[in-house]
Amino acid sequence: MIIQALSFYLFASVAIAAAVMVISARNPVHSVLFLILAFFNAAGLFVLIGAEFIAMILVVVYVGAVAVLFLFVVMMLDISFAELRQGFLQYLPIGGLVGIVLLAELLMFGGSWVIAPATEGLRSFPAPPIDQVTNTHAIGKILYTDYIYLFQGAGMVLLVAMIGAIVLTLRARPGVRKQKISDQINRRPEDAIEIKKVQSGSGI
Amino acid sequence: MLEIGLSHYLAVAAILFTLGIFGIFLNRKNVIIILMSVELILLAVNINLVAFSVHLQDMTGQIFAMLVLTVAAAEAAIGLAIIVVYFRNRGTIAVEDINLMKG
Repeated sequence: MIIQALSFYLFASVAIAAAVMVISARNPVHSVLFLILAFFNAAGLFVLIGAEFIAMILVVVYVGAVAVLFLFVVMMLDISFAELRQGFLQYLPIGGLVGIVLLAELLMFGGSWVIAPATEGLRSFPAPPIDQVTNTHAIGKILYTDYIYLFQGAGMVLLVAMIGAIVLTLRARPGVRKQKISDQINRRPEDAIEIKKVQSGSGI
Repeated sequence: MLEIGLSHYLAVAAILFTLGIFGIFLNRKNVIIILMSVELILLAVNINLVAFSVHLQDMTGQIFAMLVLTVAAAEAAIGLAIIVVYFRNRGTIAVEDINLMKG
């Protein structure tokens, strides 16, 4: 119990500190690295609470794909980030005000709600006991049956995002000579060579 | 204090959410940091969904957390692609310069 509590406070405090650094770091590369740290610690929180499949997906998708994408874009764009940081202090009061108001509201509601007693009976997919069915197995059992349309829809969202990103960033640059294999294969002898009968003793 | 319950997770999620909103206000010029703040907000939402899912012993919350994750990944890919195209065309990504459609 004490180890669980200590792990929770460790993961939570590191995640929050990393989130603070994400929004306040001077260098965007550091921001991305702190974002990775925040996601790792959130995955730790998920493991602690018993949702290990979501935790692994978080590490694979966010740290493996999204954060690397951010890092790639930050490094690829040739931007003076110091210029973008001007006005940082100018926006601090209004941002701090909105943040404090929002946090106060969230904590106000956080302390004043109770779960209705009837909630127990309203569960659509009660979690099976963890010693019989693992978390991943339980998710798979309902994701591929009851939520199959949502699963397919998520796949479509990813497909559209992939095609959209390719269409947005693909460009045909003029003046670049590339090998076009289809043109080479489609070339017929008639297009390429001309056969002439040459009389002996005379030119063409 | 040592008994970790639902409210602890909700508090962490609330703090992360607030930090995300705060980040959007703080970095109003840098659209990349704004996208990262949006990712933080979606992470807070995921923590909420999973915490309630475990607390109520209902698997639905974890399914929805996965769907939120999918949308977040798609959003990051499209957003960064738009940033790259915009930078290629204009040479800057400062948010206040993006006002071509203003009348």
